[in-house]
Amino acid sequence: MAQEDSNVIDQPEVLRHKMVSIEISGKKYEVPEGITVIKALWHTGQEVVRGAGCLGGFCGACATYYRTKDDPKVRTCLACQMAVEDGMSFTIMPPFPARKALYDIQSLKDPKQDLFNLYPEAPLCRNCNACTEACPQKIDVREGVWKAVFGDFKSVSEMFMDCVMCGMCTPVCIADIAPNLVALYVSRAQGAHFTEKPLGLDIRIKEIQDGRFNDEWNKVLAMSEQQLADHCATVK
Amino acid sequence: MDIHALQQIVHQTRDARRKQTIPKFSPADRDQLIHKYHPDYRASAYRPIRFGPNADDQTVVELAALLEGDSSIPEHIDLTPHYTTDVLVVGGGGAGCAAALHAHATGAKVILATKLRLGDSNSVMAQGGMQISVAPEDSPVTHFLDTLKGGHMQNDHELLKVMVEEGPSIAKWLIELGVLFDRQADGNLHVKKGGGSSKPRLLTCSDYTGLEIMRVLKDEVLNQKIQLLEFCAAVELLSDENGQCTGAIFKDLDNHRHVVVAAKSVILATGGIGRLHIQGFPTSNHYGATGDGLCLSYRMGAKLDHIDTFQYHPSGAVYPEQLIGALVTEGIRSEGGHLVNAKGERFVNELDTRDVVSSSIIRECEEGRGIRTMSGRIGVWLDTPLLDAEHGPGTVEKHFPAMMMQFERFGIDISKDPVLIYPTLHYQNGGVKIDANSETNVKNLFVAGEASGGLHGRNRLMGNSLLDLMVFGKRSGLTAASRALSMPQGKLTVNHLQQFRAEAKKHGNSSGVISPMILPAYTRKEAERTATK
Repeated sequence: MAQEDSNVIDQPEVLRHKMVSIEISGKKYEVPEGITVIKALWHTGQEVVRGAGCLGGFCGACATYYRTKDDPKVRTCLACQMAVEDGMSFTIMPPFPARKALYDIQSLKDPKQDLFNLYPEAPLCRNCNACTEACPQKIDVREGVWKAVFGDFKSVSEMFMDCVMCGMCTPVCIADIAPNLVALYVSRAQGAHFTEKPLGLDIRIKEIQDGRFNDEWNKVLAMSEQQLADHCATVK
Repeated sequence: MDIHALQQIVHQTRDARRKQTIPKFSPADRDQLIHKYHPDYRASAYRPIRFGPNADDQTVVELAALLEGDSSIPEHIDLTPHYTTDVLVVGGGGAGCAAALHAHATGAKVILATKLRLGDSNSVMAQGGMQISVAPEDSPVTHFLDTLKGGHMQNDHELLKVMVEEGPSIAKWLIELGVLFDRQADGNLHVKKGGGSSKPRLLTCSDYTGLEIMRVLKDEVLNQKIQLLEFCAAVELLSDENGQCTGAIFKDLDNHRHVVVAAKSVILATGGIGRLHIQGFPTSNHYGATGDGLCLSYRMGAKLDHIDTFQYHPSGAVYPEQLIGALVTEGIRSEGGHLVNAKGERFVNELDTRDVVSSSIIRECEEGRGIRTMSGRIGVWLDTPLLDAEHGPGTVEKHFPAMMMQFERFGIDISKDPVLIYPTLHYQNGGVKIDANSETNVKNLFVAGEASGGLHGRNRLMGNSLLDLMVFGKRSGLTAASRALSMPQGKLTVNHLQQFRAEAKKHGNSSGVISPMILPAYTRKEAERTATK
């Protein structure tokens, strides 16, 4: 099926669907109803290099602005996770030149204070809530920025576990904050500095270094193929 | 029939099924099932490779054509380097980032090139977790035995021992970088049980394990100011007069120019082959999973291992149409989700290995006990509401937020409605043969992660991929960097291409395709457009 000329994405059953009119970057096209935004691009003959990544809703490469028929509200989505509908209009978001602060996460002395040196714009949030509305992952981004500023790093790290780093919260910010980058810093600081060290892990590392499993290794690695297969079968 | 009407049977049979235990197959039954239903045993999908290091070995026709494919590079090309480095990493997923970070940490100069953006990969989608034997009742030896059993005893013992033993120190490294693994109340790492494993061993970050690890590693690559070449696809490797690897040629996908990079060693971390859609399967893989590293190394003379075996993940979405092939995490089954056929019956122990579970799903569908969607696809039910019934309301939402959101976008609440699934092409079990330092039989050519082969045998166990990436990313990075510090840069030639082309000619020329593929050909052409009207 997947030879160079056959197109596995446009399955025949998809093509049987009724056609709808959409606009891609201001240009009108007819595409089958219900295919994803990214497939609509392929369907209309466009080569996609930038604007596609994991195709599974995790990498944030396909951040897209869209509007539905007669609705003035411009919304955001991930192009691989959104179905087209009649009258829809969309444009893939170009890469946005947000500033990422550089830091050595492990050597930070006071991560909660360092936030204001690394991202001095973070406390300047004017509460417009545009970032939250722009988030295709439904994260309460504005709330997260405030929690970061007030030092509640734990909550931020939990709230932003869903963040795919698409960056759609950034162009809408009137205070020039890049909330996803702030949250990434905060989450890493939470993990590296404010989370308990797992003692069991250190014990296991030491056991391996001290050769606690050597006898068992020697026994297993000396087995014939059949013995090993039999031994594996006993592991339940 | 409407999909909502069809799923009623899942709700009706739920309570009765909860009382059932389904035994695992005996080794003999399991082998018989796999031989009859697993796509790896569909002989018509395979052919021998005609020439090269794996001449006469069987692989799927799609991959054979690419391996025998010709390079886009002519023999007389200007090889004046645009960049010179100690270590060149090709690929920006988990293995690539780990390799780059470890090589950089030794003081070597590192360039990381990737055909999409840094981080665009399968790694970012890994939901199930990472297997590391941290629990007191578990051990690296048990991890070794479970993996061996899952891999049909075909795993390379040396690689496997290295992986399971280095696992705990990898977890420590990631925690120090700020990765937020799920914890128990006492602060220790929380472990979940994965399919085919005898002990709970999966470290998780809810169902975003890969995303969380990749967010952190990407950020760290940027913080360390490692030089990046994004949207640069590797199209050929470079060799010196002794056939050792000395760099690579890239095609810049923005301006279509060639970029020549001279490197003392090259680490290919280019991932798998899902986007070749072998045997017509949909795939859970990312856009760039086209097996580029296999083609590049093969032309250079690197031997491949286990390239006749692929992993079809049991649970790829079948409905809605937009999510075809997308993964429904194995975590659902780990937490007790049942697989249910059209008659409302369970038919396999859901925690058996992936090849067994996939084969049994294919059996159900081929024997008429599958569920057909309105668009003609077929699958079986995964009873997701069972998790809420079993562990209390809100369980699905709390443990699988990523999946909840994915289906919610199409108006499906998976905590209330079961999900229709069918196996999806997920992973390349084999790949380029490597040693314990991740080096191939071509000197100074390293391969790490899914592109490499041997470690997983004929079936990879759930949760072993993320660990593979971190361990062999690290080992390749460290070995490449330490060697680079004590050797001069070799000459840049494409002599290996002359040899490859000469051999192709002897065997009736190459397959006629240009490889690597770089990106799948999803863009519809004009002829197809008029044909469908």
